[in-house]
Amino acid sequence: MSSSDTTETNTKKKRTRKPRTTKSKTKKPEETTPAPAEITTPETSTLVPSEPEPAPAPVEEIVPETEEKVETEDVAPQVELPKFEKSLADKVTQKFGSKAEVAYIKQNRIRINVKKEDIKDVASYIRDELNFDHAESVSGVDYPDENKIEAVYHLGSYTDPELSKQILALATSAPREENPNPGRDSTRLPSLRDVFYSVEFHERECFEMLGVYFDDHPDNRRLLLPEDWADIPPLRKDFDIKGR
Amino acid sequence: MLKELVTPHGVNAFVGKLGDILVKAIDEPLGYAINWSRLWSLWPVHIETACCSVEFGAASGPRYDVERFGIIEAFGSLRQCDLVVVQGTITRKMAPRLRLVYDQMPEPKYVIAMGACAITGGLYFDSYNVLPGIDGVIPVDVYVPGCPPRPETLIQGCMLLQEKIKRMKAR
Amino acid sequence: MTAQLPPGLQLEKVDERIMTLNVGPQHPGSGHMRLIVQVDGDYIVACDPDPGYVHRGEEKMAEYRNYITNIPHLERPVIHDSCNILYPYCLAVEEILGLEVPERAKYVRVIASELNRCVYTMYWLAIYGIFLGHSTMFMWPAGDRELLIDLLEKITGARVTHAYFVPGGIRNDLPANFEDVCLRQVNYFEKRIKEYADIFYDNPILISRTENTGILSRQDAIRLGTTGSVLRASGVDFDIRKKEPYDVYENLDFQTNVLQSGDSYARSKIPWLDMLESCRIIRDALKKMPKSGAVRVKLKPNPKGGDVEVYRRVESGRGALGMHVISKSKPEPYRVKISVGSFRNLICMPYLLRGEKLGNMPAVYWSLNYWPVEADR
Ligand code: SF4
Repeated sequence: MSSSDTTETNTKKKRTRKPRTTKSKTKKPEETTPAPAEITTPETSTLVPSEPEPAPAPVEEIVPETEEKVETEDVAPQVELPKFEKSLADKVTQKFGSKAEVAYIKQNRIRINVKKEDIKDVASYIRDELNFDHAESVSGVDYPDENKIEAVYHLGSYTDPELSKQILALATSAPREENPNPGRDSTRLPSLRDVFYSVEFHERECFEMLGVYFDDHPDNRRLLLPEDWADIPPLRKDFDIKGR
Repeated sequence: MLKELVTPHGVNAFVGKLGDILVKAIDEPLGYAINWSRLWSLWPVHIETACCSVEFGAASGPRYDVERFGIIEAFGSLRQCDLVVVQGTITRKMAPRLRLVYDQMPEPKYVIAMGACAITGGLYFDSYNVLPGIDGVIPVDVYVPGCPPRPETLIQGCMLLQEKIKRMKAR
Repeated sequence: MTAQLPPGLQLEKVDERIMTLNVGPQHPGSGHMRLIVQVDGDYIVACDPDPGYVHRGEEKMAEYRNYITNIPHLERPVIHDSCNILYPYCLAVEEILGLEVPERAKYVRVIASELNRCVYTMYWLAIYGIFLGHSTMFMWPAGDRELLIDLLEKITGARVTHAYFVPGGIRNDLPANFEDVCLRQVNYFEKRIKEYADIFYDNPILISRTENTGILSRQDAIRLGTTGSVLRASGVDFDIRKKEPYDVYENLDFQTNVLQSGDSYARSKIPWLDMLESCRIIRDALKKMPKSGAVRVKLKPNPKGGDVEVYRRVESGRGALGMHVISKSKPEPYRVKISVGSFRNLICMPYLLRGEKLGNMPAVYWSLNYWPVEADR
């Protein structure tokens, strides 16, 4: 049996046997509003009344390994930035000006650094206007040299087929304490749970692993560590593991 | 003369001797019978502790089939079980629970430490949340090394345990 | 207030009727985690998952090992899906080090990861079967997955912990004559799993136990950020292999399976449909694979990355699996964050279980395709 035969028969069988399966091609992209409505939209600005519709998704080849054009912001001018990603980042910078700093634009990846006071506004804007609807992960990173603890929200989109490749990393940082006292010191960030519901458990994990307390988070309990954990949060850089 | 011999103490000693002889006579076959019946119905507790449980599952699947050696894949209550197979890493959160499970089981009970993690901490020797072996938590009868041990190794470990039970003094 | 009502109609405090149950960690239906369930009679009113029983600190350990020695312990969270959990790590490290993977290695990676996806799904299916009281469904998948384990053992030399992917390719080439053996086994495997429909998916007992339990609507699936089979069972067409194709997935011929109903039945069916798709992918990849060539680029002994930060993701057996690797010009990564599908799906457990009967809990819980060791890392 040649394998082309098999695939053909397979598809035929599939179609007859499983009526509930829809093919990806036949599915229409739907526009849905990413749920909760209680969010305050960012204060209306006069700058962007009508955003230019992003050019139809650039049909670049997506061979992930040819990532030779790794640009940081400083080196940017020589190499051409990916167009669609740039347009997304430009929308944010247009809206928020100097508040939102674009750290890098790579193929399919954008990173935006904001101050912790603005993160809720920026996040709501990203959700409402740019259609990113869920958070994939929240990674906390400890930078003892710069005296800060960073929380990076990796946001993605299920509803917008144009954005399905994109991951927008929204980063913010909290001050770092030399002697941490999780929950009671100044290492605090506003919680994004009201904006992206999916960050709930990720933020809980971030709290116990890095000691970042999320204000307004309804449930800042311990998640993974043992109940009697009395040491400093383990993912801080000054926490040493055995024998190292 | 005879009267002196038939003191209460003497009678006691005599009865005791008789009992000893009797026990000697039936202890061995009785103990053997008890051990034999324990041997072929080892019921493991359903406690999965880490990734070694994948190979434990494979061992009870049809290709390896531990049931033919009398290790029954049990889904019952731990109060009817007599074997703990510690399937891998014991973290600091899991250790009290493991001890609790062990303490609730009726005697006699046996423990197999499966996987490098359960023996010494294995790959996670320097992790902050992993115990370096379970000997500090519960007493272990048989160690089955590997990461994860192949099902054959686990079966061999079970047979070693049976061998050990056979030679144990029945309690 | 209550005194005025006739006997039998007095209001009683709800709290007194509600009982708290600890399901796990030693429980036939829980796996390596605990669910703190509050029940009112037979109905669940609240559920609070308590994971962390297998939290081993992978992310911290990764900061102390270099890029190559990180491989064996980073695959431990899901040892029966180890190719797929190493995939994003290798992609990320390749991006950091600027490596170009040879063409043949890309195809072999796809084959290995699809085989591994089937091995994972079969194990999950076996567990799902036994927790629904369907012993045949434990025995069949547990036996059939050994077929593919044999194949993987041929390639990699280990039954489950393969450590096969390395940054820059794969560890070793395929053995001689592998293509024929693989084709034969996969064809047989496909025939076998099609039979599962007869005993499991079309079984009226199973259908009555799983249909209309734990319904997750499309909006909720998106809002809660679920992924993988849970998401696709709720009618969202999102598969990273299609949407953000890595390696050679864009050249291969397959489709995404989407069901609309969002109940436990759909969630348990999607992985099975995916396995049929995997068989197609493997056959296609075997056909299109270059017949010879290098499979690995040479690495320096202690490779160092620049000052970059990479987030790569793949579709694993449990949904999206992302790795966020930060490099700071050192041989060791500065931070590795593993974002796993199991952990992301954990959040919908309280939503799905509320209002269900306690007896449906295993059917709902295991349909989430949840592997506790991975969620805890
Ligand atoms: S010995 Fe290996 S397979 Fe077993 S629990 Fe430890 S890491 Fe996992």
